Amino acid sequence: MAENLLRVPLHDRHVALGGRMVPFAGYEMPVQFSGIKDEHLAVRAGAGIFDVSHMGEVEVRGQDAIAAVDALVTNDVRGLVDGQALYTTMCAPDGGIIDDLIVYRLAHDHVFICVNAANRHKDVAFMKEHLPAMDAVLEDTSDIYIQLAIQGPEAEALLSPLNSDAELSELAFFRCQWMEVAGVRALVARTGYTGEDGFELYIPQGGEAIFDMLVERYVPERLALCGLGARDTLRLEARLPLYGQELSTEVNPFEAGLGWVVKLNTGHDFVGKDALIAAKEAGVTRRLRGVRLQGRGVLRPGYPIFVNDTQVGQLTSGGFAPTLDASIGLGYIDIEHADVSAAEVEIRGRRLPVALTKKPFYSRPR
Amino acid sequence: MELPKDYRYSKDHEWVCDQGDGSALVGITHYAQDALGDIVFVELPALGAELQAEDDFGVVESVKTVSDLYAPLSGEVIAVNEDLEDAPELVNESPYEKGWIVRVKISDPSELESLMDAAGYQAFLNDGES
Repeated sequence: MAENLLRVPLHDRHVALGGRMVPFAGYEMPVQFSGIKDEHLAVRAGAGIFDVSHMGEVEVRGQDAIAAVDALVTNDVRGLVDGQALYTTMCAPDGGIIDDLIVYRLAHDHVFICVNAANRHKDVAFMKEHLPAMDAVLEDTSDIYIQLAIQGPEAEALLSPLNSDAELSELAFFRCQWMEVAGVRALVARTGYTGEDGFELYIPQGGEAIFDMLVERYVPERLALCGLGARDTLRLEARLPLYGQELSTEVNPFEAGLGWVVKLNTGHDFVGKDALIAAKEAGVTRRLRGVRLQGRGVLRPGYPIFVNDTQVGQLTSGGFAPTLDASIGLGYIDIEHADVSAAEVEIRGRRLPVALTKKPFYSRPR
Repeated sequence: MELPKDYRYSKDHEWVCDQGDGSALVGITHYAQDALGDIVFVELPALGAELQAEDDFGVVESVKTVSDLYAPLSGEVIAVNEDLEDAPELVNESPYEKGWIVRVKISDPSELESLMDAAGYQAFLNDGES
């Protein structure tokens, strides 16, 4: 393992628990523990715990914190109430996606932002460059927090007994609250990246205690230790985009199916707004579609997509979907073919039929 | 780690089991299947295909990665493990028996001798991990 890789605070625990460590976004992270399929299915059926401490955190404080963040992102931060979270893109002046983020309004003068690990330094530089001259101070607090994700239909039942001062069941989807968990104060958010119910915990100090208690109480019977491999297969089934694959500075949110996080009629400006207005008026030239292989094989990023012998796009993600026992992917398709329901994907020189879909491959039962 | 004593091994982590009738079974080692993780697809060569030692002849796909299969010796494919089409996980569960991949009619028996024995492969793995 290269020596310049960063280690998360729980690194030694992961190794001791059998985690297979791989380089990821500059960190040494566990890709799997018992196996990606097992971990994936455990999250769908019960619960799994992921260390996602490599993710970055940025905090903006000051009387104008809300308006300042609103000037950076495409979604409407002003519409939030205290304790509410928002998924959004942050775009360059030309409309390309700098990153996708979750913005949490903690108070009228405190906004907490979770950014992708690989984009952390790029994001912070971009945010500082474009932060309006207002009463708002931006700080990269990534090194303060351990971030844990506890995901799956049983997540609430497992966390509730460890949580003394609030009713976890009353925390609604995309809401967050500071609370005690295993005697440690943590920002608990009902958010996630798996398509399941679950929580993400941002823990400034004592995160090890929460992890240890969860492991001691629940692993392996009721809680699966999960690595980034299962995180990727889970997010792909739920059709959640990944920065660096579906999302990049080369695509705008409309192409990525994220037009819903672009609010053009709020009356205030944000970086990239003019370009996005123009892009919306001009219409997109390609669109992100879901792809499901009809038959045996595995889809991978980069494979070309064909309609009638014409290459119409290529896959940005692809892999095996354990819940479906099939291979699925995502890819951009030229707009004139973007509404077809069937196409072919070339795998090592052979073209195999795929079904195209706009919907998630998996949606949790409600 | 399981390493049958009477098998031969390549540096690409394939094993060869001499059947004593001029043919050999070929598969991937316990080490290889463990490194790949959950195997979800094996792309098999056609019956009658002529393998050249060290050339790729198929593909193993796990949940997280795709990996070429390299022929440990030359010869004609006289059988493929069709069970892997419906149960590719046999490569994980039973890499040296039920997870065999192809049966090859050996064209050059001296190639078999040039492969590592179990002790040699174990030493090769130890070197790689140190």
